[in-house]
Amino acid sequence: MRNLWIFISRYNAFFFFIIFFIVGIVLTVKNNAYQHSIAINSTNQIVGDVYNNLNVVKKYINLGVANDSLAAENAKLKTEILAIKSVDTTRDITVKDTTGTPVYTYLAARVIKNSITLRNNIITINKGRIDGIESGMPVISPVKGVVGYIRDVSEHLATIESLLHQKTYVSVSIKKNNAVGSLVWGERNFDYRKAYIKDIPNHFKVNLRDTVVTSTYSKFPAGIPVGSVSNTGIATGGNFMTLEINLFNDFSTLQYVYVIKDKFAKEQQELEAKIPDEQ
Amino acid sequence: MSSKLILANIVRWVILLLVQILLLRNLSLYNMATPFLYILFLLLLPFGIPNILLYIIAFATGLTLDAFYDTLGVHTAACVMLAFVRILFISVTVSRDGFDEPEPTLGNMGFRWFMLYALLCIFSHHVVLFLLETFRFTELSYTLLRCLLSGLFTLFTVVLVEFIFYNRKMR
Repeated sequence: MRNLWIFISRYNAFFFFIIFFIVGIVLTVKNNAYQHSIAINSTNQIVGDVYNNLNVVKKYINLGVANDSLAAENAKLKTEILAIKSVDTTRDITVKDTTGTPVYTYLAARVIKNSITLRNNIITINKGRIDGIESGMPVISPVKGVVGYIRDVSEHLATIESLLHQKTYVSVSIKKNNAVGSLVWGERNFDYRKAYIKDIPNHFKVNLRDTVVTSTYSKFPAGIPVGSVSNTGIATGGNFMTLEINLFNDFSTLQYVYVIKDKFAKEQQELEAKIPDEQ
Repeated sequence: MSSKLILANIVRWVILLLVQILLLRNLSLYNMATPFLYILFLLLLPFGIPNILLYIIAFATGLTLDAFYDTLGVHTAACVMLAFVRILFISVTVSRDGFDEPEPTLGNMGFRWFMLYALLCIFSHHVVLFLLETFRFTELSYTLLRCLLSGLFTLFTVVLVEFIFYNRKMR
């Protein structure tokens, strides 16, 4: 017993290393699991405050870009209003269900932390549970397409699993022929301006610069622009092709995002949960 | 340990973490090389520090970084790995009886010793960091390439900072 004790204290560096390292690994594995139970991340109040208050410089530098995108969106909304006003029935234009209330509602939020340099990127926004945000809600950016899904929510803050994350998949389709595939990032490159679309059947004709939009299967409203095809010649060797696209969304200058609340999301989830898992 | 040394380390901790979180987190060369300058704090901790304290400090520093990076556990494990390599390297190269100098800085220990020390610590840290961050082996070559380039970038910034604050006698 005494010898054992001497042995352990002689090599204490190694044993401490084992203990602390295992704790670190366990934390990593827990964080990678679907449920994130430990709140040491940027939804934490202190961490959120630091990002909220100290990012003044970045906010100021990107003011011009933010202004431009807001102005562009204003213009788009104005033309839509004009279109609605000139047509007699407004009912056909907005997305409505049969009872006449909108299916999707949008909540604007400001990005207080963003990253594009990591393997798995997380965005933090300044809206939280109080504003009705729940885990899994889709997020888009003004005018320019998808951003990701809500991950963790605290009272006043929420994190988004950015599209630049290895677990984020979005169902997208080619606008002209509705060929459906899934959008992934970071399989081959880590350029935040590009992404890949996988699992599009080989018989579809796809050209460069074809527009890619969210499909009707995705959690997003259908038809949100995502990017344009930039490379069709990636060899896969299977029955499906992989396309490279240029994302419309510039993640490096993201300032404001819209969180989408889908009125039927819960109902759809419950209905689909009844299907037995056959995989 | 004198109180002056403790104070200097606390100030260093705050400054390096703020620089890492607010500045270097947004910095990347071609999305391949990202510097992690904050580990300079762990490199410069005094020689006389007990092992258990070193591990606790490394653990806490990693955890703080993880909170800001939203990567719980990744930096923590990497910092603990760095602490282990640091202990091994120092026990092999520096005589235990009398540490001539309080801190393993570039000015105190000389260029060659410090380069080797920083190189080993940085790469052990980065290998753990990038492997855990990717969390799969299918893109191993890519991960290791990122690790190598980021390691060189970190080494460059560490040595740069050390030369800027080079304030001791020449050897």
